[in-house]
Amino acid sequence: MTEFTPWSSALGGLLIGIAAAVLWVGSRRIAGISGIVANTIFPGSAGEVGWRSAFVLGLPIGAAVVAGFGGPLEVSVEAGPLRLIVAGLLVGFGTRLGNGCTSGHGVCGLSRGSVRSLVATMTFMAAGAATVFVFRHLLGAFE
Amino acid sequence: MRDGIVALVSGVTFGAGLALAGMTNPAKVLGFLDVAGAWDPSLAFVMAAALGVFAVAYRFTRDEVETPSGVDARLVVGATLFGVGWGLAGFCPGPAIAALSTGSSGVVIFVVAMIAGMGLYRVFEKA
Repeated sequence: MTEFTPWSSALGGLLIGIAAAVLWVGSRRIAGISGIVANTIFPGSAGEVGWRSAFVLGLPIGAAVVAGFGGPLEVSVEAGPLRLIVAGLLVGFGTRLGNGCTSGHGVCGLSRGSVRSLVATMTFMAAGAATVFVFRHLLGAFE
Repeated sequence: MRDGIVALVSGVTFGAGLALAGMTNPAKVLGFLDVAGAWDPSLAFVMAAALGVFAVAYRFTRDEVETPSGVDARLVVGATLFGVGWGLAGFCPGPAIAALSTGSSGVVIFVVAMIAGMGLYRVFEKA
């Protein structure tokens, strides 16, 4: 169970929106993180590893800056190694198959009024909620 | 060079936003997805604020990105697999990469598996 944090969460969301705006206004690129990560590590025909690796490198730096001001980040991982591996494989494969994740579809796509992104976002939210329901409430594996 | 600087500034800001928002904590993400339990709606605030800012910036440029159109099975199946993985661990790609800053072994395991999943897709795509 976690505490409801409307202010810091909204402020964080504001920064996320600004970050996506910087990339779009500055370089006309969409901040879709799963695509950026995949094309950094497995560069396809699109190439352009440079800006992508700079963006990916920036993510932990930004998180470290926040930790520097506000104290260590709380990262409580409830899942064990096996579940983390299965989850990672599904997230990696699924975001490539579905062409995006919470940033590309959830933030950028919805803002653009994309129907594909709306369908994707509703689908992964529902699948995520259903998975938590099954594991927490039906199987009781988390608590 | 210019694109690299823009991307770095965007990435740092994005990572800071994820950390401040609480998204780097999988327990908080699972609390958001746990609508039938002790629901923590914080992440809806993250989404609403981010959407608001980007929607304004996107319209401001009067430019449009080229993306595939139409809903197909790939989109729905991919989003479903992603959602199940998200619900299993509480990590999606951005927050997981940002949380690497903590050096947590759980985060490292997840990120390595996620990259393997992306690699598997490359193989699948070519098959």
